[in-house]
Amino acid sequence: MLRYVFRRLLTAIPTLFVIVTMAFFLMRVAPGGPFNQERGLSPEIKANLEAQFGLNDPLWLQYVHYLGNLLRGNFGPSYNMPDFTVTELFAKGLPISVQLGASALILALLLGSVLGTIAALNQNKLGDYTVIALATAGSTIPTFVIAPVIQLLFGLTWKLLPIGGWGDGAFINKVGPVLTLALPQIAIVARLMRGSMIESLRSHHIRTARALGLSDWSVVVKHALRGAILPIVSFTGPAAAALLTGSVIVETIFSIPGVGRYFVDAALNRDYTLVMGTVVVIAIFTIVFNLIVDVMYAVVDPRVRYD
Amino acid sequence: MGTADMATPETILSVKDLRVRFRTLDGAVEAVKGINIHVNAGETVAVVGESGSGKSQTMMAAMSLLASNGEATGSVDYRGRNLLTLSKSDLNKVRGAKISMIFQEPMTSLDPLYSIGNQLIEPIRRHRGLNAAEAREEALKLLRLVHIPDPERRMKSYPHEMSGGQRQRVMIAMALANDPDILIADEPTTALDVTIQAQILMLLAELQRKLGMAIVFITHDLGIVRRFADRVYVMRQGEVVEEGEAGAIFANPQHAYTKMLLAAEPTGSKAPPPANAPVVLEGRHVEVTFRIGGGFLAGEPLMLRAVDDISIRLQRNQTIGIVGESGSGKSTLGRALLRLLPSDGLIRFGDRDISTADRQAMRPLRRQMQLVFQDPFGSLSPRMTVGQVITEGLLVHEPNLSGKRRDQRAVEALLEVGLDPNARNRYPHEFSGGQRQRIAIARAMILKPKMVVLDEPTSALDRSVQKQIVELLRKLQADHELSYLFISHDLAVVRAMADYIIVMKQGKIVEEGPTEAIFSNPQAPYTQTLMNAAIDVTRFRLSA
Repeated sequence: MLRYVFRRLLTAIPTLFVIVTMAFFLMRVAPGGPFNQERGLSPEIKANLEAQFGLNDPLWLQYVHYLGNLLRGNFGPSYNMPDFTVTELFAKGLPISVQLGASALILALLLGSVLGTIAALNQNKLGDYTVIALATAGSTIPTFVIAPVIQLLFGLTWKLLPIGGWGDGAFINKVGPVLTLALPQIAIVARLMRGSMIESLRSHHIRTARALGLSDWSVVVKHALRGAILPIVSFTGPAAAALLTGSVIVETIFSIPGVGRYFVDAALNRDYTLVMGTVVVIAIFTIVFNLIVDVMYAVVDPRVRYD
Repeated sequence: MGTADMATPETILSVKDLRVRFRTLDGAVEAVKGINIHVNAGETVAVVGESGSGKSQTMMAAMSLLASNGEATGSVDYRGRNLLTLSKSDLNKVRGAKISMIFQEPMTSLDPLYSIGNQLIEPIRRHRGLNAAEAREEALKLLRLVHIPDPERRMKSYPHEMSGGQRQRVMIAMALANDPDILIADEPTTALDVTIQAQILMLLAELQRKLGMAIVFITHDLGIVRRFADRVYVMRQGEVVEEGEAGAIFANPQHAYTKMLLAAEPTGSKAPPPANAPVVLEGRHVEVTFRIGGGFLAGEPLMLRAVDDISIRLQRNQTIGIVGESGSGKSTLGRALLRLLPSDGLIRFGDRDISTADRQAMRPLRRQMQLVFQDPFGSLSPRMTVGQVITEGLLVHEPNLSGKRRDQRAVEALLEVGLDPNARNRYPHEFSGGQRQRIAIARAMILKPKMVVLDEPTSALDRSVQKQIVELLRKLQADHELSYLFISHDLAVVRAMADYIIVMKQGKIVEEGPTEAIFSNPQAPYTQTLMNAAIDVTRFRLSA
């Protein structure tokens, strides 16, 4: 198993390299640059800035420089927020996004699994239909609708939650954004869980467990649930990578200083180094969580063996 | 409860007026229609019938294991208590303790995610309240009882690390863990190879002698009934049509259906073709090697030789039976000879060397070499009409045929396999297993092939249907001078179909020769084992 993890980490290096290279050149294909905004920099200042950041060098040289810096862990300065380096921006914003994302993910996995299991055990009965209806609503109502509704009801009308802001990470400030992030995920997990649980409950070994007179708790939780959890595990990988790297909508609406905004802002502003930083962070999260998922698979299912 | 006249003092299970209904989209379907069955302490009862007879659902209902859309009425009394009305917690004190059950599917009936030990210990602790260490000791005893070698190590094994036969032994151990009164065995050997079948049946007989429980065999296999059962219930379409002492039923069956079942064993034999008949297909030193694993940073792959240096000569109008247990390479050989798998060695079709022919070169030959599969449910596309299924090959091989002429050919092919031509406008799921196998045969025959590889074509079918398919295949062979490669693990069917037999084991030929010579005087020890196992299971009876 350790050998397998090592091998996977080893193959992550060329993957990352390809991603960085493609992102680097694709971004440069887009017209414009970090300093030709309509703000109207004088041509001299613009030329100075471009020279300072090496933007006049041939593209391949810029690429080599960028790779060299990246290898030393240096993501470079942000062109748009010149007081900060990309590393500083992520050091400040990433923990916030990860906190929100992780809370939402855990909430979604727990609540979604429970709801899905309840639906499966009551297949085609009231409990099932209720969960399905909620799940359909949850996955069809967009985040930019849910978030203002939460603000309106819990913030303005009932004054239970702050309308927005990070509040230095106060618990009460996290409730709104976490709920907004979690709701669609709860819906997805519940539906996945319902499907795989129904299948699991129909399997022959569940019939065996019932024939042996095992308790309902053992039949459902010990035998059916563990088999049904596998699709949830594989869902968790990409979902974690997406949630933990922040959401532009949620962070904007709730004024959260996370990193979700960076991808969109940086891309619009041609903030090359910040875009690259975001790409690298998301790529690393994706690779790592997919690896964790594969390892979890082997933990849950003894038939899965690496090496 | 004793209203029933048959109930004797020692009756421990008595099923009265049991009805099982399933709610479906097309309304309620009655699978069991008011049957009466009883089981006496220590005896062996067989419930016999073909698929759809309701034999399994009867016992599923007794154990409250019906699918969620099923409901049972009537009564199932176990020592005076009606299992159908028992509360769940009371029922769970009977299930797995007093009455236990083993199933047809040894490969999937154990939880793949827990070790054998874990799964054995759980019911022991539940029903007997032992602590973990005591339950472990019991589990080890049980594994020894069912002759699992090296039980200490096996406790830590997972189901996928064991063979089908071993898994069925573990299932039996689990079922016997709490010293039951009744063991219900639902087709316990159907999914197993014939030598393993014999071992499992012997084990059950041995355990019954040791432990004295009653056994209820649910089976379609009259050989098992003849050999093991004291009393028999014959079921058909949800009703018991005949019941009585096993010996009496075999000696003097009363109901027409019972007589038909008893006569359903395939009979007859096939004469070999003349020695100078032209050779249709020839393979010399054919080898198929699979590589397992390997790849980037993963090290050397494991090479597995599935077919090992096999030579075969199939003449016109000949049927070669390829016999062997699962994993012997018999299906792989069939596919390699059709060039559906890459192989080494020489393969000739007629006078053409096709050893290296690519897909392009093989295409015009494909119509002359057809294949019929075992699974009549999976091998027909559910989204095509029967007409589309059987004429699809014509689109490839006779693209110039008009639509009308194609339809005509479909009608001819369906008539030839004994189906109503109107079938071509319907979908495969509307047909029974036997009918579907006829459709699959029509799909092959419509191209007017020279040879057909029949890969276990009758194994998924009931005996009575098997017999019909065997007769159909014989008729087609006689009409068209076909050559068959008949792959099967079922010796009775092979004996009726083939004039020459190849016995395979682990990719190699262990013995070959004319059918009667192989059956009357098998030379290789493996062939003898195979024959004995088949005879053990089907021919004799232990006690009167």
